[in-house]
Amino acid sequence: MYAIFVLILLQLVGESIVQVSGLPIPGAIIGLILLYAILVWRGEIHDEMSRTSGFLLQNLGVLFVPAGVGVIAYLPMIAAQWWIILLVLLISVCATVAVTGLVVTRLSPRGIDAIEATVRS
Amino acid sequence: MTANRLVSGLEFLAATPLLWLALTLGAYLVAVAVNERCNKMPLLNPTLLAIALVVLVLTVTGTSYKRYFDGAQFVHFLLGPAIVAMAVPLYRHTEMIRKSAGALFVALGAGCVTAILSSVLLTRGLGSGRELWLSMAPKSATAAISMAIAGKIGGVPALTAVLTISTGITGACLASYVLQLVGVKDWHARGFAMGLSSHGIATARAFQENEIAGTFAGLAMALNGIATAVLVPLLIKFLDRIG
Repeated sequence: MYAIFVLILLQLVGESIVQVSGLPIPGAIIGLILLYAILVWRGEIHDEMSRTSGFLLQNLGVLFVPAGVGVIAYLPMIAAQWWIILLVLLISVCATVAVTGLVVTRLSPRGIDAIEATVRS
Repeated sequence: MTANRLVSGLEFLAATPLLWLALTLGAYLVAVAVNERCNKMPLLNPTLLAIALVVLVLTVTGTSYKRYFDGAQFVHFLLGPAIVAMAVPLYRHTEMIRKSAGALFVALGAGCVTAILSSVLLTRGLGSGRELWLSMAPKSATAAISMAIAGKIGGVPALTAVLTISTGITGACLASYVLQLVGVKDWHARGFAMGLSSHGIATARAFQENEIAGTFAGLAMALNGIATAVLVPLLIKFLDRIG
């Protein structure tokens, strides 16, 4: 309970900050920044927080199902131009993935894989 | 009598939010099982399969989206806390993020501009109206951000929501193949490319590959949300000026 309470509380604080400040960022991302700051300040991750976040992130895919089903209801909206949209999405997404992946790989310092290996073990 | 009982029982079932909550979770479990049976083939993305299954059931039973969402909202609601929870792996991998910060910063700029310009120029080039390409411009940012941007620049937020979620599904299904094709093997680079191009749905996919891929995908999603909010209005102004 403790961990889920903290996550919801921080999102609530984030949403409130967005309401007051008018920042164009979702409240949940402000909540993420706040939790990160708390972890840096405490210098450790509470066991339960580690387990709860692991559970949520491992099952992240299911959380997009309700919104995805909603998209289908709006499909008639794009029916007339569906082939243009499909073509643009395919090309644009693949180009963005390739450019981003290649830039990160080329510019990352050598030996970062070694850090990956130690973190993973 | 028993027939009446049965009918009222079915009516109760269709009306209770529990049914649609159970359908959402059940469809996803089936989708994951199918995906695993097919060696976790990225094209058979569990989120996409689960959406297809739920849509099939709703269509066959003639259930409205509003009624479905009465139950499914409990799952939808957890998205916010899940995004907050991404702070945990980000904190765990701070050292790696710091070491690659320069590369990530350049990739953020290059990827964000590629996402915006490719979608706007292609949509325009194929002869679509201004409304569609304005709605298309912020599609790689997470839905809450892309809809807000669309509203501000004269696009249609509902249309942007559809395009954004379609972008997420496209990335989740195809990014692994593209990265393999161009020879990007490092987890951090793969994750960053997935999260930047196709936000949360591809981030979910990245977390299934590996925790590091997921972490960098989440980071890219957050950063690209902010970068898109800054760059879309600037690039649209620039495109309007050069005609």
